[in-house]
Parts: sequence; structure tokens; C-alpha cells
Amino acid sequence: MILRWLLPKRLNRSISVDILLFLMIGSVAAFMALPLVFAISNAFKPMDEIFVFPPRFFVRNPTLDNFFDLLHLFNDSWIPFSRYMFNTVFVAVVGTAGHVILASAAAYPLAKHHFPGKQLLFSMVVLSLMFSPHVTAIPNYMTMSWVGLIDNYGALILPAFGFSLGLYLMKQFMDQIPDVLLEAAKIDGATEYRIFWTIVMPMVKPAWLTLILFSFQRLWAANAGAQTFIYSEQLKTMDYAFSQIVQGGIARTGVFAAVTFLMMMVPIGVFILTQSNVMQTMSTSGMKD
Amino acid sequence: MKLSKHSYILLAPFFIIFFLFTVLPVMMSLALSFTNFNMLEFPRWTGWDNYVRLFVKDDVFLIALKNTFLFAAITGPISYLACFIFAWLINELPPKIRAFITLILYAPSIAGSAFMIWQIMFNGDSYGYFNAFLMKWGFITEPILWLQDPKYMLGIVMIVQLWLSLGTAFLAFIAGLQGIDQTLFEAGAMDGIRNRWQELWFITLPSMRPQLMFGAVIQLTTSFAVAEVSISLTGFPSTDYAAHTIVTHLMDFGTIRFEMGYASAIATVLFGLMIGMNLVTQRLLKKVGE
Repeated sequence: MILRWLLPKRLNRSISVDILLFLMIGSVAAFMALPLVFAISNAFKPMDEIFVFPPRFFVRNPTLDNFFDLLHLFNDSWIPFSRYMFNTVFVAVVGTAGHVILASAAAYPLAKHHFPGKQLLFSMVVLSLMFSPHVTAIPNYMTMSWVGLIDNYGALILPAFGFSLGLYLMKQFMDQIPDVLLEAAKIDGATEYRIFWTIVMPMVKPAWLTLILFSFQRLWAANAGAQTFIYSEQLKTMDYAFSQIVQGGIARTGVFAAVTFLMMMVPIGVFILTQSNVMQTMSTSGMKD
Repeated sequence: MKLSKHSYILLAPFFIIFFLFTVLPVMMSLALSFTNFNMLEFPRWTGWDNYVRLFVKDDVFLIALKNTFLFAAITGPISYLACFIFAWLINELPPKIRAFITLILYAPSIAGSAFMIWQIMFNGDSYGYFNAFLMKWGFITEPILWLQDPKYMLGIVMIVQLWLSLGTAFLAFIAGLQGIDQTLFEAGAMDGIRNRWQELWFITLPSMRPQLMFGAVIQLTTSFAVAEVSISLTGFPSTDYAAHTIVTHLMDFGTIRFEMGYASAIATVLFGLMIGMNLVTQRLLKKVGE
């Protein structure tokens, strides 16, 4: 019985309700997956299949034409698509690396030290989870121009360092490191920085993999807000190229599918690689009263 | 005291950036909301004028406010419940299958601009997948302008928003459920718990209250911040402002009309709304299983 293997007999469970609930997950999973399957299948459809009526779900003759078109499309403009892609990768990698290091460094004293202002700082971080970055967009523009970050990679990278959800998750995860371990190292004469780097950091690997996923995914998708800080064409990121393609209308449907594929598969790939570590981190994500 | 010095050194880099790009902007926004500011001249103090204009004269803002509350009241609770229910359902599956279904359900929320595929699905001509499907089966004879007709726009943005909503909170719930001590269930059965629903209410929910509170913050904040989906699918501004929200209103004044004082007042209202709703929800969730 495949069903029994899927749903082993347990306390307080009836098989009929099990089947019903199972069908429910199945249909929702289909609803969730359908658009993604469309997106993937479209990326490999040749032109004639994209415009066939009625539209077909799966691709018949898969081709990489759309991806080549994507490269050619930007040949005529003075910025090649590879440049937008490089910008996105650069911003995502540098922003994520800095975020993981700074957030971990700040999370360590918040989790394990006692000092004046600790509660206040952490409450501010929690409070900052309660509003979206849209609230700060306009003043941020002014701050950026004072600091001279307008039209600079820094405008995209620096704010990403201070992404508060990452600090929150890291601090919650560090809370569970046993104090005795840190005490022992201190008695052996290790400095705080040494303890942080050689004892704490290796222990919180699941947490920084999670921070990598969240930060990378945010920067990879870099939504419209980021576009207001960058004027130079050669510094713009892939999502900008994407919005240009969308404006190209129906003729660009194939290229659009190819970019969508690129934009979605990378974060999903990162999630597949980090999934079990992310789940470990999320188990400590709870808010204590 | 010597230890504190090291603490502050470790904290400094992150918190300098956090203050510069999160705390300071909130305060600036509050201050600017009482001024008239166009980025060129020095801000001029105008008192409550911006707020009066917002709530009394600006009809579009009232539409935006209504739409935002509709989004928050519908997608907020539904997405929150969905996150929990699906986490709870897949919790009992074997680990490999659980990981796979988690991936499928979570993928849309991290797939970036992939939600634009919905634009093709709801395209207004007969090549749009929904129109093609409905026409093929004879439900309609003429294609429907899904994304331009105010009748459908809000609903479609809500569907897409829900599609995107099994995110961080969903993962937190799965992890929270996994972390519940299994002996609690056995003890519960001894104490007279007879079915899964009693088990859910008396054991499961109280055991994962911290995750429930974290998830609520994430879902609530997202449900008040609908903008990108609305702009990408229905345009900016949308027909008759039917999918206009506080955030799109903010973008309109902040990045197009450059009325920064007025935009700051919108941002401040949004800030107050999000924080207020979050704090109320936190208070309510503390009562779960009491």
C-alpha cells in the first residue's frame, strides 16, 4: 500500500481524513507549481509553439533559441546582456558576503554578552521587521545622495548589509549555543574576536547558510526600488533589463521566458542546496514573549 | 566593562548601517511629513497640512487605503492560515517527500519576477492562457480584459499575492512543527485527546507559539506592502485606481511628482499602520491555547 507508506499509521489519525487532506495538498501543490512549469516550459519553446492557439502546456521541440535571442537582443544596444548579469551577480555576491559577516558579528554579542542597551537594540531590530522597506525609500534616497552613493554599486550593496531579518535569525540561532563552551575558551585565553570567528561561526553554519539564501534571493530579484538609485546604464542590474524586455511587448515573449527562467532558477537552486540547513535555522526563529 | 568594549566593536558595523538606512529614514520621514519639500528648495514647515490633505482632499488616497485594507484583510489571514495549514499537513509525510513539497510550495516566493508569468496567463487577448482555456471550452466567446477591467483586477492581484505568500513564515512553521516534543502527543492521548483537531488546538498550536508570532509579523507586513505585483500586472496607475495601494500612492508622489513632504506623510501613515497592526496581532497571539 503506497498510501500507508506515505502516511504511516499514527496516534489520533483516521485514514479517510488523511486521504482527504492529502488530496488537498495535491491540488494546492498543482496550483503553485503550474505557473512555474509554464515559465520553465516557455523558456524552451520555439517561436511557433509560443504563439500556437490554443496555447500548449508543455514544450514539444525544446530549443535554446530564446537564450541565444536574449544575447543577440542586447547586441544592438551598447550594453550587452552579460553586463546586466554581471552587475546582478556582483551586487548579490558582495552584498550577501558583507551581510553575513556583519550580521553574525552583531548577533554574537546580542546573543551572548551582557551590556547596556542590548534589549533596546534588539527591540529595534524586531520592530524593523514590522514595516516594509517602502517606508524608508524616500529618505534613503536623500541619505544616499549625502553619502555620495547615488549611481554607485554601493547604493545597492550597503543597505543590504544592514538587512535586519538576517540579524534576527542569526541571533535567535546563536542563543542556543551553550555558554559553558564560550566560558571554556575564555579561560584558555581566547579573545572575543577569536571566540566569535573560530568557535561560534563554525557552530552556526546552518544560520549563515540561511542568511545567504535570504540575502542572495533579495538582491537577485532586486526590485524596482533599487532602480531609482542607479542612472548609468552599465551599472544597472538584470531586473532592469527584464523590465525593458517586458515593455518590448508580445514579440519578446520568447526572450521574456528565457530571462524569467534565469531569474527564478538561481534562487531556487540556492534553496535546494541549503534547504536542510534553512529548516534547522527556522526552528529557532520564534519570537519569545 | 572591558567586555562591553568588544561587544560594541562587534555590533558597530552592522548597526551603523542599520541606523543609517533604517532608523534614520523613519525619523526623517516623520519630520518631513510636516513640511512641503520638493528636493530643490529647503523644506518649509506646514504643520498638519499634508495629513489633512491626505484624509480630506485626496480621493485617490482613500481608494488606496481601502484597497490596502482589503488586501490586508483578505490575503493577510488567508496566507497566514495557508502557511500554517500546509506546514501542518506536510509535517507527517516522510522526510524526502516533505522536502520536495516544501520546495514546490516555497519556490514561487523566491522566484523573483517569475510572477510575471501570470501576466501571460491573464493576458487580455485570446492568447492569454485563461482566455484561451475558457474560449476553448465555450465558457466565453470574447476574450476578457482581466488586467484592465476593474471588476477583476483586485481579485487577480490577490490570487498572485497568495501564490507568492508561502514564504519565510511557511518555513518557520514547518521547522516549528518538526521541533515539537513527540512525547507531548502521547501524554495528550493519555489525557483524553481523541482526534487530530483536539491535538492541534491543545498541543500543537501552544507548542509553536513563538513561530506563530514570528510568522504573523512576516505575513502581516507583506500583506500591507502590496505594490510590485499590482504595478507589474495592472499597470501604474491601474485603471480607475482599482488596484492602487498605499505603497503605489507613495511611489506616485515620491518618485514621479517629487512632492517629498506629502510622500513622507503617506510613508508615515503606512509605518503607523504596519506597526500598529503588528502589535495588536502579537497581543492576540499571546492568547493562543491559554
